[in-house]
Amino acid sequence: MPIGEWFKKEKKRDSIDQTLTKRTVPDGVWEKCSGCDEPIFIKELERNLMVCSKCNYHFPLSAYERINHLTDPNSFDELWEDLSSGDPLGFVGRRAYTDSLASAKNKTGLNEAVVCGQAEIGGHKVAIGVMDFRFIGGSMGSVVGEKITRMVELATEEKLPIVTVSSSGGARMQEGMISLMQMAKTSAAMARHSRSGLPYISVLSHPTSGGVTASFPTLADIIIAEPKAFIGFAGPRVIEQTLKQRLPKDFQTAEFNLAHGMVDMIVNRFDMKRTIVRLLEYLEFRGGAE
Amino acid sequence: MKRFAYDFERPLVELETKLEELKRLGPAEKEDIATQIAYLENQIQRLRVRTYSNLTAWQKVQIARHPDRPRTSDYIEAIFTDFIELHGDRTFSDDFAIVGGFARLDDAKVMIIGHQKGRNTKENIARNFGMPHPEGYRKAMRLMKMANKFGLPLITFVDTPGAYPGVGAEERGQAVAIAQSLMEISMLEVPVIVVNIGEGGSGGALAIGFGDWIIMLENSYYSVITPEGCVSILWDGEGRTEDAAESLGLTADKLLEIGIIDRIVKEPLGGAHYAPALVARELKKELIEALESVSKVSTESLIEQRYSRLRQIGYYANIPDESEPLGVKS
Repeated sequence: MPIGEWFKKEKKRDSIDQTLTKRTVPDGVWEKCSGCDEPIFIKELERNLMVCSKCNYHFPLSAYERINHLTDPNSFDELWEDLSSGDPLGFVGRRAYTDSLASAKNKTGLNEAVVCGQAEIGGHKVAIGVMDFRFIGGSMGSVVGEKITRMVELATEEKLPIVTVSSSGGARMQEGMISLMQMAKTSAAMARHSRSGLPYISVLSHPTSGGVTASFPTLADIIIAEPKAFIGFAGPRVIEQTLKQRLPKDFQTAEFNLAHGMVDMIVNRFDMKRTIVRLLEYLEFRGGAE
Repeated sequence: MKRFAYDFERPLVELETKLEELKRLGPAEKEDIATQIAYLENQIQRLRVRTYSNLTAWQKVQIARHPDRPRTSDYIEAIFTDFIELHGDRTFSDDFAIVGGFARLDDAKVMIIGHQKGRNTKENIARNFGMPHPEGYRKAMRLMKMANKFGLPLITFVDTPGAYPGVGAEERGQAVAIAQSLMEISMLEVPVIVVNIGEGGSGGALAIGFGDWIIMLENSYYSVITPEGCVSILWDGEGRTEDAAESLGLTADKLLEIGIIDRIVKEPLGGAHYAPALVARELKKELIEALESVSKVSTESLIEQRYSRLRQIGYYANIPDESEPLGVKS
């Protein structure tokens, strides 16, 4: 019931959705900020890590943009980039799953909705996984589940901290139960990593929703949210329909989650890397339980 | 009393109603219409077979949701003895959408956790139609930990439309609660046997819906999303739930085929509510067998096997080598 509200156009959230699906920066000199409707110079936006300097709106980042921003220069080694989803159910909705996969690959240059590998952050060796919302709404199917699990297993074996950045509409419906089971698979892998005394820092970026929220991203030692990011399980539209009432304005935002004790902190993109490094200093491996 | 019926059951129910009317007639007229009754009974039997023997995925979903379908509490009563229900998550409240407690399966002491739907509207409101809040998952986790502590095998009953789409559920972190439950199950040192008796709706079902041995009743379903939800997202609301249900591969036989579940318990024509005692008896046999087989495994290999079972679920390939298919576990 929860998943994938983000594929559906809804008036109230249109402004946010567009930036996610079209991602953006056209050729013009400036564009309108989705947060405050003010014009921003593209150059300035890029210099600013895609954050509006007027309203602090955080534009979504692609997986590689995010990795460039968080990891030390030339330290990222991508792994398992060739893994690609099959079509276990021969799924044809309004659109064939194979077509969705092909056009997502075409659009993003990625093979799947997550990029995983090893890297250094402030000199700390880490295993890292970053989701890309542009690839079928960052949804988790076989490959996202498999890559995350491999990354977690690698980290457990090599005694590495894990850093993930999530942005996802939820489990990938087109792979049916196989997708749902990836929630259990990634969570089980995280359990082993955690039991080994190893640290995990999870960054929730806009949006982190549906089944993905109910798996690895929320099992971290430290959970960080980007300002104003949508973070929730059930989609707001579904909740509104169920309750037949308007939802509070900040419902399921990063700020809402902070207030309700679901995240440790909200961190501006500018301070993100520094914060992760500072945290990693505290989350030192002490030899572990095993 | 008017009986509940889905569209595809209606012709059958009409005939059955007609039969009941005939049977209600006085003894004098009865003799005259004995042949009619016999004819009708024959027709009904044939129609019942025709209606129920080749159910579509969507029809199975409907049967899984049938208001008369046996609930977790019915199976607890029919299969187990000495059930001691335990309440509360020790944090916020007691979620009636999930029940749990100690019980005996013949001689074996076990811990039971299950989604609980109501029998009527009033009960369903109290049970939130079997849709847990975070408290429900936290209660479940508390009982899992206790099962672990006292070496009690865990038997879970899955029967939920899904997690509850409500403000409070979000405020109190249902995503985290489900994720933690997944983590918890993966590390349990006791056997975990899952029975899906009706609806296996998404994350709310998964939270207590995987383990060492998964049984599904013939007409239960297990799905990443409800057919309705799938239509609204992948067909922009303009598709048919029939097609979505078919596409999602959510039926017991499909899931057995791809190795996500281990066993199917047959139901009588029309669904478990036509012969609850029979289904409970069959299920009990399956549970005893499952418990015996998983109890033989050492604690360490139990956790390893549970993990590798999950580990094998996926369907993908390396792009440069498409010819090498990587299947779901067989």
